[in-house]
Amino acid sequence: MTQIPIQGTGPAVGRTSSRYWRSKSAYLGVLPFLLFSGLFLLYPTWNVISGAFQDESGKFGTKVLVEVFNSSSARAGFRNSLEISAQTAIAGSILGGLFAWAMVSGKQGGFFYRYSVALSSVLAQFGGVMLTFAFLATFGFNGLVSTFAIKYAPGSFLAESSWLYGKAGIAVLYTFFQIPLMVLVFLPTLENMKPQWREASDALGGKTYEYWLRVGIPILTPSFAGAALLLFVNSFSAYATAATLINLSDFLTPLAIATALTSEVGGANPAEAKSLSAYMIIVVIIAMSGYALLRRKVSKWEQRR
Amino acid sequence: MKFSKITSGSLAVALAVAISIPVLSISTASAAGRDYSKIKNASAGGGMAALVAACQKEGQLNVIALPHYWANYGEMIDGFKKTYGVKIDEANPEGSSQEEIDSAIQLKGTNRSPDVFDIGLAIAVKYAGTGTFAPYKVKTWNYLLNAATASPTGEFTPNYTGTLTIGYSGALGTITKIEDLLDPKFKGKVALNGDPLGSSTGLNGVFMVNKAVGGTFDDVSKGVAFFKKLKDAGNFINVNPTASTIASGQTPVVIDNGYVQAGVVKQFAAAGQVWKMFTPASVGSTYNSAVSAWAPHPACARLWLEYTLGETGARVFAIGGATPTLWVWLVKTRRAPADGIASIGRSKVSAEAATAAQSAAARVYLKTAWPAAVGG
Repeated sequence: MTQIPIQGTGPAVGRTSSRYWRSKSAYLGVLPFLLFSGLFLLYPTWNVISGAFQDESGKFGTKVLVEVFNSSSARAGFRNSLEISAQTAIAGSILGGLFAWAMVSGKQGGFFYRYSVALSSVLAQFGGVMLTFAFLATFGFNGLVSTFAIKYAPGSFLAESSWLYGKAGIAVLYTFFQIPLMVLVFLPTLENMKPQWREASDALGGKTYEYWLRVGIPILTPSFAGAALLLFVNSFSAYATAATLINLSDFLTPLAIATALTSEVGGANPAEAKSLSAYMIIVVIIAMSGYALLRRKVSKWEQRR
Repeated sequence: MKFSKITSGSLAVALAVAISIPVLSISTASAAGRDYSKIKNASAGGGMAALVAACQKEGQLNVIALPHYWANYGEMIDGFKKTYGVKIDEANPEGSSQEEIDSAIQLKGTNRSPDVFDIGLAIAVKYAGTGTFAPYKVKTWNYLLNAATASPTGEFTPNYTGTLTIGYSGALGTITKIEDLLDPKFKGKVALNGDPLGSSTGLNGVFMVNKAVGGTFDDVSKGVAFFKKLKDAGNFINVNPTASTIASGQTPVVIDNGYVQAGVVKQFAAAGQVWKMFTPASVGSTYNSAVSAWAPHPACARLWLEYTLGETGARVFAIGGATPTLWVWLVKTRRAPADGIASIGRSKVSAEAATAAQSAAARVYLKTAWPAAVGG
């Protein structure tokens, strides 16, 4: 983001040519990254997209894409995926945003702050079998909390665990790693809020609500919305958590893809899997383009400051 | 869970690329001359002693999708290692039959490609005659149940049969009929191992329940209706049961293969607890062994088949609760080991199994009926 002046550093041979080579050798530095993303991102994406335009026998065409588009089970799974992603992105960004705000309001670099950052870094990556198991053992039908609840609060939702085994359960599990991710993504923005702005607002006679309405929220909105989009993509592409909690192959699109790839009862159809993946990629591209646009706004503001 | 993650479909492709990069192709023909990759039985390769020697020279066997708790494969792998002193590389233990074949095709020509397969009937039939399997007939081939009808050329060989069962915690009392599962005391406790649309265990679980409530292999609607009743009563949960959910009591009733549940019984007994099995209808499925046409260790691949399909392997399967296809012959010739008989009895008939066509028809029906019955 910020330009670091490079003059006066480095070996003192022919200044102009050295600068020329430095600018070229900078590309050399990103070569491993380009190679890596080429192999593990671009090539698989190409593979998926080109595979989506072939039928089972490898003939070019949109037959499978159209089939998948018109399939009611694929649509239901896609709807569930979008719905859960939207819910958890909204819930995660609001709760995570509030938590991050609490963190910056406290003493920065203090114990609570450092503890929360460390915890968020760990929990943002907490998913899959372990997360599912943790929730089952806690809130499941035979879990710790439910066993207590049945005894002491038989009417509460804690005693009736069936919510955990469906859409609501997945949403809760996903939100569990969305909140810490939001904290990590949103914290830097909040830290960049200058106390001077508040002081300036106060000095000009602004009330607290006016400060938030005119300064705080407008400044935070692009960053907040961008983070929410990131959260959306995060849960949209999540697989392992849902796979262990829900034993239904068409429930979410990632689950449907896995079944189409690995079914051992005659349901394996790589063309279908690639078509489903292609539709997912479209959604991810839209969301990430939105994210990039919003980031551009944010970085402009961060530079101006 | 990575937020920059690509979709799982492309991830699988990426993984395949990743593992195939650092491996160099090795020549499969052994330096000593004989090329085992075309050998169709032990005597054609110079007898068992020559096969053992060739395998020991290769020094390694690649297996795939063999969980240690499954049909006693843990003991089988250890036994093979100890007997012949070769290394066994175990890939993707939780993989499906389809993934076994996919992996062999993707890693074709590398020394990491799997040597042998352990696959369900649907996949075995699907890939027979496509050049995926190297035909090989073990010494006991003539005594293996249905080996000649399954694949007369020996492309794949039936190895063991699993009977579906309902495993449950002894703390829940005793189940005597399938309708017992509707009892309120089973609320949130009944789970099926695998989704019937993707897993053959899951599909066979549906077949078993279906048969127990009076259905047939051609029409699974009665079974699905029973699952719906279970779901509506709140007893059926869509969780995928694992060793940890069973051990911790999150899934106290599991519809699963008998040869997996037999291991749970032992595990519970070791912890001083009781895990019981109830089999309302005899439904099973037979798995098949096959040698990969691209096996990087062709001699060890063939030796593994000789070992697992021979008497030693039959005993290991039997102890683990799976019925080896050699069992009928072993019982008839009074060679069946006592500990095997204690585990699976002298049963001379194998469990009823769905044909590939019946499975396919059931899958088409379940595609919409299953989510409608137990979804959400």
